[in-house]
Amino acid sequence: MPGSILGTSVRRVEDPALLRGDGTFIDNMHFEDLGHLVFVRSPLAHAKILSINTDLAAKAPGVLGVFCADDLNIPDHHAFFALNEAVKRPPLARGTVRFVGDAVVAIVASSKAAALDAAELVEIDYEELPPVISMEDALDPRLEPHTPSTDSNIAAGYRDPQGDSVLEDAEVVVRARIENQRIAVVPMEGNAILVVPPRGNDHYRATVYVSTQMPHAVAGLLGGIFSVEPSSIHVIAPHVGGAFGGKAGVTAEHSVVYAAALKLDRPVKWVETRSENLIAMPHGRGQIQYVELGLRRDGTFTGLRCRMIGDAGAYGGFGGGLVLGSTRSMSQGVYRIPRISYDGVAVFTNTTPMGAFRGAGRPEAAAFLERIIDIAADELDIDPIEIRRKNLLKDVSFPFTTVVGTVYDIGDYAKALDRLIELSSYEDLRKEQQERRQRNDRYQLGIGVSVYVEVTAGGGATEYSSVEVTPEGGAIIKVGTSGHGQGHATSFSMIVSELLGIPIEKIQFVQSDTAAVPRGGGTGGSRSLQIGGSAVRGATEAVLEKAKLLASNLLEAAEEDIVVAESGDGLSVAGVPSSTVTWAQLASEERKRGNLLEATFDFSQASATFPFGAHLSSVLVDLETGKVTPRSHIAVDDCGRVLNPMIVQGQQHGGIAQGVAQALWEQYVYDEFGNPLTSTLAEYAMPSAAELPSFNATNVETPTPLNALGAKGIGESGTIGSMPAVHNAVVDALSYLGVRHIEMPCTPQRVWEAIGKAERGESTIPWSDPPKAFEILPLRGQATESDAASVDV
Amino acid sequence: MYPAKFEYVRASSSAEAIRMIQDSEDAKFIAGGHSLLPLMKFRMATPSLLVDIGRLSELSYVREDGNEIAIGALTRHCDVERSELLRRSVPILAHVAGQVGDPQVRHRGTIGGSTAHGDGASDLPAALLALDATFVAEGPSGRRELPAREFFRGFLETALGEDELLTEIRVPKAITTWSFQKFNRRAQDWAIVGVAAVRSDTTKVALVNMGSSPLRATGTEAALGEGASAPEAALRAAEGIDPPSDLNASADFRRHLASVLVRRALEEMNI
Ligand SMILES: Cc1cc2nc3c(=O)[nH]c(=O)nc-3n(C[C@H](O)[C@H](O)[C@H](O)COP(=O)(O)OP(=O)(O)OC[C@H]3O[C@@H](n4cnc5c(N)ncnc54)[C@H](O)[C@@H]3O)c2cc1C
Repeated sequence: MPGSILGTSVRRVEDPALLRGDGTFIDNMHFEDLGHLVFVRSPLAHAKILSINTDLAAKAPGVLGVFCADDLNIPDHHAFFALNEAVKRPPLARGTVRFVGDAVVAIVASSKAAALDAAELVEIDYEELPPVISMEDALDPRLEPHTPSTDSNIAAGYRDPQGDSVLEDAEVVVRARIENQRIAVVPMEGNAILVVPPRGNDHYRATVYVSTQMPHAVAGLLGGIFSVEPSSIHVIAPHVGGAFGGKAGVTAEHSVVYAAALKLDRPVKWVETRSENLIAMPHGRGQIQYVELGLRRDGTFTGLRCRMIGDAGAYGGFGGGLVLGSTRSMSQGVYRIPRISYDGVAVFTNTTPMGAFRGAGRPEAAAFLERIIDIAADELDIDPIEIRRKNLLKDVSFPFTTVVGTVYDIGDYAKALDRLIELSSYEDLRKEQQERRQRNDRYQLGIGVSVYVEVTAGGGATEYSSVEVTPEGGAIIKVGTSGHGQGHATSFSMIVSELLGIPIEKIQFVQSDTAAVPRGGGTGGSRSLQIGGSAVRGATEAVLEKAKLLASNLLEAAEEDIVVAESGDGLSVAGVPSSTVTWAQLASEERKRGNLLEATFDFSQASATFPFGAHLSSVLVDLETGKVTPRSHIAVDDCGRVLNPMIVQGQQHGGIAQGVAQALWEQYVYDEFGNPLTSTLAEYAMPSAAELPSFNATNVETPTPLNALGAKGIGESGTIGSMPAVHNAVVDALSYLGVRHIEMPCTPQRVWEAIGKAERGESTIPWSDPPKAFEILPLRGQATESDAASVDV
Repeated sequence: MYPAKFEYVRASSSAEAIRMIQDSEDAKFIAGGHSLLPLMKFRMATPSLLVDIGRLSELSYVREDGNEIAIGALTRHCDVERSELLRRSVPILAHVAGQVGDPQVRHRGTIGGSTAHGDGASDLPAALLALDATFVAEGPSGRRELPAREFFRGFLETALGEDELLTEIRVPKAITTWSFQKFNRRAQDWAIVGVAAVRSDTTKVALVNMGSSPLRATGTEAALGEGASAPEAALRAAEGIDPPSDLNASADFRRHLASVLVRRALEEMNI
């Protein structure tokens, strides 16, 4: 057999169709009698609905149905995990609207234009109620609770008993109130769903085409909402134009389309517009972090106290729970921190519900930790790399349990940092920085570092796969993950090809269809290769074993003497290449016996894996205008054994871009009334390639012992490592002026203001006493555990 | 969002366009549509009739005319950007056209549309204001020429009559040096603040996005006239100007940016 295919940059087999425009996206799908659904949404953040008049809309040309909450009677439901069991969202608002964009009326018409025209005719009378927009306002006990079913705006929360005592033995304490701003997910394709009621002798209740990361979860959740067997709903995810955490679960819009299609007994489609996407798709991040780090004067960490608020948005979006979950579980990072006290609270606000965005809680952890460390380094006048080296977890044995109880599978943090320094010519950069400072250059150089660890394949780490060898000599992979750009068809085919010798071109890849794949966890939390890939590997090994038994019969040799043929096509007796039976023959033989040459395998991983890495970013800051221009970015990410370096790099590049974007450009902003101010891509500042430097993305490889591939996740690492590195670089450029912190995104105005403050001798580090509400939170463990705290997408 | 209902006709000559625009009270010309359509989608404009002048190729040209360059109102940004004549004679215009939005926008948007729209945040109007351009308008009552300094009147308001068609823009050739400073966060963005400066016998400086229409930095111009140095003159860039505040910049930050950018422009022109 030729050399191993694993570890090589096999070109992605899924790309040609997309490049040729042969993709199947929901908006391209047509059915006879198709109804197009549009929503009439609330223009107000919080208001009582006094009346809804749909008479004119119902009579408008082409209208097939007009629905308010009571017309569809869908039970209130959570979109994904529950943050607060008692608070669910009515898919169409019932009596009250709770954010700008809350869906109130759904209109189905024979064309999208007719539906839009009819939507114009709906009249809704509102009586405005005072909105709660900021997270800290939400903790003010005087403000009305968000929902009738709670007595405060706290959705969930807990505190640690240690409190301030973790800082007792510190010689120095640095503290900051850091905002990890709300951002929008903005996949290229927004949400989209097409529901087809049963036709002819179709035995499903409905076939649902949906742009999702998790088709089986959609069937499960829809089944739960409508009290029917999940297996009676056929869910298909065709091509999905990006998701990044934003397409997990069943949103209000999804359940409305489902109910409307069944009610009208015709196919109904809803495809989100860009403006809709920016207000309706769950947002990500959104934390206010009160962080205090205790140190000895030599820079040794002694304790960390965190009081953290997570914005859940309206109806308690599950993303609000991340502050209680992975942000806490990753709060120790890669460092020795002897004591940590962590209080977390998730609050309801009258804003778009929160969900997940690439990293989901872990970037928020790395961001605050790496930022407060740099603040400490500045305070103690220690080089940022030195302070990190001093405190890195080293000489520890793995699995390693952190102070907050997280178990890291394996890690070698110094290795990543060493490699980074090697690649970055760190000393030269510092020299250039000195020179620029000395000559009072208009453009100052900033150098930022981050060392991070994150968690992947956290929740529900099991996955299904089957592998069949066909009478044509090819193979069919079925798997329960649901790739949408990650390159699964390529990576997973490489695994099969490696073990069976069947060339990639002859391998068919089946996913994202609940009728074709009996169960699956989908794609999220950077789980797919390690869990889905391991399932594929397990199924391949099982089918190989079956085939060997069959071959030993056919070739009249002992089973242990059967090996994959040198040619790669079939099995032969070891050392006797002439004694070979091809895959086609094996599969045909098995068919003759009434069976498929197939095996299935359900893989489950004992626990999560913890990819890690180190990033270094350099930026130029225009001292006069405050404009930051990223100059270089180096990433050393460890995702265990690398199966396809090109695909891994692709994940790193996209991740880095999204991390840089949060550090410098993106923020979702509301005014005090809850009006979104960034509801188009003109205001919501997503960068393009023109703004980004060329990335140097590399790897060190520390295989995890938890799966045979040695693989950990890579989907989110880039975002987690890059954001703090860029953020630190901006502050580093200005630290000689006395600037210690600038909130993300580091916009020109913020940079300019920080320089001004430093010049006037004012502190640039925001701090105030955290809200009193932290004091009355239940102790952790005694609080009802929120499901959303264990989310991993 | 999508626009309210409207009628649509396409003109095949400027004379026909001027006739058609009188058919309805709130009719509007549409050229590249890249300013008008966004407004219509937000329902900030609800014309009952659109008269499409986008295919009037007779109004798409750049040619020499004595001491001036004449540019047809329907000339697309990309054609202004690539015009050899402009690159030679009035390079600032070719350069500024290349800074507008992204390639799609530059292939649709027209210099006439950008001018007639009169948006204070647009790049070309400020450049034309600095150049003391002349605008040629034709309407039912004939043809008139309007100097740039009288043309831009306020928020999306110009001296053009409702039924007047902007047909041509004329700019003087006698420019010795120039500078255009566009400050934005992303390459494809509108300017947060921009500065267009040209020197012929005097130095003229216009500002982008410092007010509801393009403005001349009269403080700076006066200072230069009085013999001030570039840094001194730049400090007066926002004199008498009340800039807007938005997500990208407060009024104060805009004033600051204006003086930084004006200074950089003057420095680049060796003033
Ligand atoms: C994404 C995007 C980014 C952009 N970025 C920038 C930027 O960075 N800088 C910048 O300066 N601009 C920018 N623009 C605006 C762009 O330059 C527009 O194309 C231009 O402002 C309008 O030209 P138009 O031909 O499209 O005009 P239209 O939209 O067709 O018309 C605009 C207005 O002018 C009137 N009109 C048009 N032509 C005539 C005429 N000949 N006579 C009388 N009235 C007329 C119309 O009735 C209408 O009221 C951007 C636009 C978009 C969509």
